[in-house]
Amino acid sequence: MRITQGCFSFLPDLTDEQISKQIEYCLKNDWAIGLEYTDDPHPRNTYWEMWGLPMFDLHDPKGVMMELEDCRKAHPESYIRVNAFDSTRGFETVRMSFLVNRPKTEPTIAMSRMDTVGRSQRYAWQVTR
Amino acid sequence: MNDATPAPITHVDLQAEYQASGVADILDELDRELIGLSPVKQRIREIAALLIVERARKNLGLSFDPPTLHMSFTGNPGTGKTTLALRMANILHRLGYIRKGHLVSVTRDDLVGQYIGHTAPKTKEVLKRAMGGVLFIDEAYYLYRPDNERDYGQEAIEILLQVMENNREDLVVILAGYSDRMDQFFTSNPGFRSRIAHHIDFPDYANEELLSISENMLARQNYHFAADAKTVMASYIEARRQQPHFANARSIRNALDRARLRQANRLFISAKGPLDAEALSTITAEDIAASRVFSGGIEQKKA
Repeated sequence: MRITQGCFSFLPDLTDEQISKQIEYCLKNDWAIGLEYTDDPHPRNTYWEMWGLPMFDLHDPKGVMMELEDCRKAHPESYIRVNAFDSTRGFETVRMSFLVNRPKTEPTIAMSRMDTVGRSQRYAWQVTR
Repeated sequence: MNDATPAPITHVDLQAEYQASGVADILDELDRELIGLSPVKQRIREIAALLIVERARKNLGLSFDPPTLHMSFTGNPGTGKTTLALRMANILHRLGYIRKGHLVSVTRDDLVGQYIGHTAPKTKEVLKRAMGGVLFIDEAYYLYRPDNERDYGQEAIEILLQVMENNREDLVVILAGYSDRMDQFFTSNPGFRSRIAHHIDFPDYANEELLSISENMLARQNYHFAADAKTVMASYIEARRQQPHFANARSIRNALDRARLRQANRLFISAKGPLDAEALSTITAEDIAASRVFSGGIEQKKA
């Protein structure tokens, strides 16, 4: 099941060249780039593992691409995303985030239903492989 | 043949390319602002020519392989190595060889870590920052310490070499240092010597060149020599050259700084009323003549 999270996720996967261009755009806006990876794409899992520290003082997307290459080598079967953090006062948040790597076979997310008090029902999603 | 398709390019006008690229301006500027250093300027002219020809070849669809532009600047103290490196980033950017044209200037401290496993991330961090620009390593021979085999400098050198080889089109590495020690450094790291295409040696300045450099330096700070001060400066340069620790343009800069100090003091003591801009910005003969270089130099003073 194709996971759709962040920007561009309904498009075909970005090529490295396209990723570079997007990062270029982020750097132009003075956003700090961070790489994160995870094997659990559950929508509630917002805390992905950081790949190194965010990069605050880059001028060129090549620096990020080098890190991305290393991350892909170490975690080829993980989801990897690029986060662009805007430190401007008032924003101080991630402005842009997009997936740059997916496992070959993506896990599926299944919904389960459970009865609780007073015939009401609860729903939950499980990531299954 | 369809009229809409553009005819394939079969000729290229190098002169036109040269004019369009703005390289002429860059080289003129270099000639104007840097005095002497003719071998260095010659090499930059060659590099510029190569880059234009490469671009023309690319337009004609000929095989195109970006040239290696890693450089090593060697020369005596004060011959303009650092000054030129700072300009190199700008020049290469305008020639279209590097994408961003910023300069990251580092020394051993920025590359080499303090404990095991600290060096690689530190060096990589610097390299990432330098991507798309110029990485300038001043006094590069400090990276390698032959007396300590456990020195982490070697690790930084290995990472550098790898990136210099694999990311040739992404960054230009410039090493700089004094001639003799750089030679030693290259002898013990043959990999470095072969990966650097341009070994540029900075010659010492001639006396007249130093004199016009001193005038330029003053002009940049809105000062100028009095009519007779210039000849005194010329004899100062001659005398200073004979003394130990002569560092070309740097010695001149220091001398001028001291002359300004004396000028300020002279004005302070002698001024008997309002001073005009002319008086405030003139270095007179006596400001220079008071230098201890004329009374036998530092060594004699101590004795």
